[in-house]
Amino acid sequence: MKHSVVSLTINGAERQMLVAPGSTLIDVLRESQGLTGTRRGCEQGACGTCTVLVDGKTAMSCMLPVETIEGAHVETIEGLTPPQGLHPIQEAFLQGFATQCGFCTSGMIMVAAALLAKNPNPSREDVVRAISGNICRCTGYEAIIDAILDAAVRIRSAAHAEAA
Amino acid sequence: MARLKGRGVAAVNYPTGMNLGGDPSQALIHATTTGSFVITLSSVDLGQGIKTVGAQIAAETLGVPYESVMIDTADTDTGPHCMGTFASRGTHRIGNAIMMAAKEAREVMMCVAATELEVDAGDLVTDGKGRIHVNGAPDKGIAVLDVALAAHFKHGKTISGRGMYLKPKSEVVPETGEMDPDSCQAHACTIAEVEVDDETGDVTVLKMTNAYEIGRAMNPALAHQQIVGGAWMGISHALYETTEPYYPNRAHGPLDFSEYLMPGPGDIAEMDSVIIERPSSNGPYGAKGIGEMTANSPIPAIANAIFDACGVRVTSMPITPEKILRGLDALRGNPN
Ligand code: FES
Ligand code: FES
Repeated sequence: MKHSVVSLTINGAERQMLVAPGSTLIDVLRESQGLTGTRRGCEQGACGTCTVLVDGKTAMSCMLPVETIEGAHVETIEGLTPPQGLHPIQEAFLQGFATQCGFCTSGMIMVAAALLAKNPNPSREDVVRAISGNICRCTGYEAIIDAILDAAVRIRSAAHAEAA
Repeated sequence: MARLKGRGVAAVNYPTGMNLGGDPSQALIHATTTGSFVITLSSVDLGQGIKTVGAQIAAETLGVPYESVMIDTADTDTGPHCMGTFASRGTHRIGNAIMMAAKEAREVMMCVAATELEVDAGDLVTDGKGRIHVNGAPDKGIAVLDVALAAHFKHGKTISGRGMYLKPKSEVVPETGEMDPDSCQAHACTIAEVEVDDETGDVTVLKMTNAYEIGRAMNPALAHQQIVGGAWMGISHALYETTEPYYPNRAHGPLDFSEYLMPGPGDIAEMDSVIIERPSSNGPYGAKGIGEMTANSPIPAIANAIFDACGVRVTSMPITPEKILRGLDALRGNPN
């Protein structure tokens, strides 16, 4: 089988790339784009650590053949991070000690970003449901759930301050 | 058909470090020209926080701000020897090595500062904010940055130190079997509250209350994080983890670690933990190890709570619904 050319918008920049048949999105992100903030865990759709946003929705990048998402907008943890400082979700994870080894963290943050974009005022249950596809082996989840709820407050009050 | 509540208690006495043929960890520290300090280790930070705690220990010993200490856990080929991060030994062993290295480096730093200020090194103190000054005379001082520059460019000196902590090998006394296997012991107690569904055998952990005596808690937030994460691992071990958990037929069970059943974010228990500080005599600033023990007391506490709830005593892990239902059958006199 032949390589094909795929166009994607990655973190706002248009990219064209030559991909081998069956290449997954995570292959492209980590290997050809150098975006190693997206972690490769199980590579079988079980752990969620490779989660990125594809057209605004969470997707496990290890499960997506990149040829099937031609033209899509992909956002990774690098895209979420502002040029200066941290995103409010990252800030909340940091302040709330919601990371230990950090392997699950970028996946958790991308899931949180998608949740808060849709639902700025989630309940604890909403957060639990949102991260239920993401495994963390270190923290026991509590700090992560608290951090996402805290991030929601931070984003809402930032929006409030902007409106005022 | 009922959901039965029960409460169980368990306590653990846990060794810090081990003793095979002697248990060493070493650290090297040096100042850069900018007055920051680099600590070279071959110990690995896998999320337990040795980089954070190591930098705290070094900063405290050197008398400089935490921000000016960098930890380089580069490489086990090139770094000073470390036995590894296991046996809850990191904070104690590596921390002690870092403290020794930092003490030696501090002496050189104070000597250079004394020469620069033309005073006696014994009269100097650090302010912990990046300056060294004559005790009682904050104006007669010098920035650590300038001391580092002077050491490099005027005196041809390295502000550096070596740390080599060794827990010596302890031989067994043949007559009694006595030996000295560890350096100190930490203690913990967990109270677990569970609910057992006597129809399905399903167990829900409702609440865990933990008390930990871990010497001095070098970083209470990190220690707390380990307690919560460890308690979750304890729940996981007690109720879920095996490569053949709920399936009598091996072929239907998970085959490898990635298929282990584990509690998810929806299965976590309410958690309440306190830390009691009784500094150890030989840990850095009185620290003991907390790493491994946090998954220990939750397990028997859950097993005891299940017994309290439904009378079934399960002695092998994990405590699956199948084992509970078989136990309940036996209690009711039904043949399995
Ligand atoms: S690496 Fe993609 S789900 Fe685990
Ligand atoms: S912090 Fe280690 S897996 Fe989540």
